[in-house]
Amino acid sequence: MSAIENKSSNTPTQNSAQQLSGERLVELYRIMVLSRYLDERVWLLNRQGKAAIAASAQGHEATQVACIEATDPSKDHYLIYYRQFTAMIALGTEPEEMLRGFLAKENDPMSAARQFPLHGAHPRVDLFNFSNVIATQLPQAAGVALADKLKGSDAVTIVYFGDGASSQGDTHEAMNFAGVHKLPVIFFCENNRYAISVPQSKQMGIDSLASRAAGYGFPGVQVDGTDVVAVHEATQAAVERARAGEGPTLIEASVERLLPHTTDDDHTRYRSAEDIAQMEERDPIKVLSELLKRRDLLTESEDEKIHAAAKKRVNIATDTVDAEPYPSVETMFDHITDGSGNGGAL
Amino acid sequence: MTEIVLREALKRGLEEALENDPSVFMMGEDIGEYGGAYAVTDGFLKKFGPDRIKDTPISEQAFLGAGIGAAAAGLRPIVEFMSISFTLVAFDQIVNMAANLRYMSGGQISVPMVIRAPTGAGVQLGATHSQSFETWLAEVPGMKVVCPSNPYDALGLMRSAIKDKNPVLVAEPALLYGAKGEVPDEYYEVEIGKADVTREGSDITLVSYGYGMRPTNDAADVLAERGVSAEVIDLRSLSPVDLEAVVNSVKKTNRAVVVDNARRKGGVMAELAADLQQQASEWLDGPVMRVGSVDVPWPYNRGLEREVLVDKDNVLDAVAEGYGL
Repeated sequence: MSAIENKSSNTPTQNSAQQLSGERLVELYRIMVLSRYLDERVWLLNRQGKAAIAASAQGHEATQVACIEATDPSKDHYLIYYRQFTAMIALGTEPEEMLRGFLAKENDPMSAARQFPLHGAHPRVDLFNFSNVIATQLPQAAGVALADKLKGSDAVTIVYFGDGASSQGDTHEAMNFAGVHKLPVIFFCENNRYAISVPQSKQMGIDSLASRAAGYGFPGVQVDGTDVVAVHEATQAAVERARAGEGPTLIEASVERLLPHTTDDDHTRYRSAEDIAQMEERDPIKVLSELLKRRDLLTESEDEKIHAAAKKRVNIATDTVDAEPYPSVETMFDHITDGSGNGGAL
Repeated sequence: MTEIVLREALKRGLEEALENDPSVFMMGEDIGEYGGAYAVTDGFLKKFGPDRIKDTPISEQAFLGAGIGAAAAGLRPIVEFMSISFTLVAFDQIVNMAANLRYMSGGQISVPMVIRAPTGAGVQLGATHSQSFETWLAEVPGMKVVCPSNPYDALGLMRSAIKDKNPVLVAEPALLYGAKGEVPDEYYEVEIGKADVTREGSDITLVSYGYGMRPTNDAADVLAERGVSAEVIDLRSLSPVDLEAVVNSVKKTNRAVVVDNARRKGGVMAELAADLQQQASEWLDGPVMRVGSVDVPWPYNRGLEREVLVDKDNVLDAVAEGYGL
């Protein structure tokens, strides 16, 4: 059997445990739309000088929401990276909480306004994100999975990264380490083919990142990241494998980065007009909206309602958070070392 | 009291933790079958099994990063580097990650991890195996750094390091693994951040840590023969540093020489000298004198290496130059 499998919803896997119901598909769509509005709002807040920086998830929404759907947030662990608006919403983070991070407000739940937006940990959701120096989260995820294995838990750790991070030494070392110890970890790459401005052809001499998994002794799966059903199936198979003690899986989801790398970037400097135009066809919100309508799961007016509700939700969150205080300078020395409390937060 | 060598003291501290706390486990290169490059974990694999004594690939980023993840997930990993020079390939995980996670998460994530590494020159291992990067890591907020010079401190500091909720570097002087000393049979700890006045004196304060204590003590012996009473302080902890203990001593002696066995430039003693100058200037009869190893890459040749490494004559020269003693 080839180490790389290509998954799409046209070729369903045989032992796919659970198909997504029509109702769940609509719910996932609702999360994606909310993520899109929030994402757009943060860019606006950046242009207003209120949010120092943001990296967009636009184009990655389907992949993120479908992957989370195949996991169990009540026990699994998520080491995310900086482009994961949608994953965070899918895991239960409220728009207000995310905006507090972007605006560096006193009660930012992730870092108490000490770290980049969406970086830190979440007190309620099992999230962990310190991926500024990209790929550092991969060895850490191997460690979280190792802890579960030593504790005898069947929890799975999912660690997300982009194609850019795949060139880091940390990525190789983490996958090798996880392969040696057959750790319950899923390496989930959201491949948008750009490491800031550097295209995939200048990042690697291969077409598929998933093919690297063979070198570590576990399966690699390539999947269309705009296809909610396909991503869900691929993740489900990897989760089953990890829970059964069979070890890691590398999933490569191909997605589009619809916006520049961050609010500080302008991708028209390095992407052609044709390249940018073709992405629109793979906008996951468009793709899923059409699928839902084709399957009579969503009407035009229901779609409009979903958009209106998302916009309203984001407006309320923005007004709330905008009025909240910044941290006081007196708190500057808080949290450097731990003189009390216990170890891990995960 | 029992006389043991420093290696045995470290081993005892680790063994106790593995016996008493199921969340403690170890990772590192050749710590299992081989028993560790300096034999500190000899016999551990047989006693505690492969789940808790993990031989790793030559992959410092992976096992240090995995240590962070495991610590954040509630375990207490003890990670061994074969040489402190090898921490460089994992500095991103140590400095950017382990040390910063608590602050960057607004206090949510703690990393109760012990990083162990042999440190220092003197055994002809050349430029890439002989450095003393505890001096670099001592500067990083969020890290604690200790370096014992004798078996008593090695055991006491190891116990405190394993209990600590923060990442702690235990720098183990490679030249001192065989150093002998008395260790009480009853349980004790050495608090991180507390220096030890190892010899009381009235004429001059000599400060060092780790292997640097050897030339410092030798110099104090020579001074005693000359009728000069030196007070000797072993810092034991490089972060936090017990500045108060040193200032108190200087108030008594009015003279200070600080001795780093690492390269002189940018070392822990540079920081200490500046703080002393600022906080104890009214008691000082002269400038705080700094001694350290020569600022060159560590040479392999024995004669050259000995010339570079700080020795008692360097200390005595500084005492004479600064204070005419």
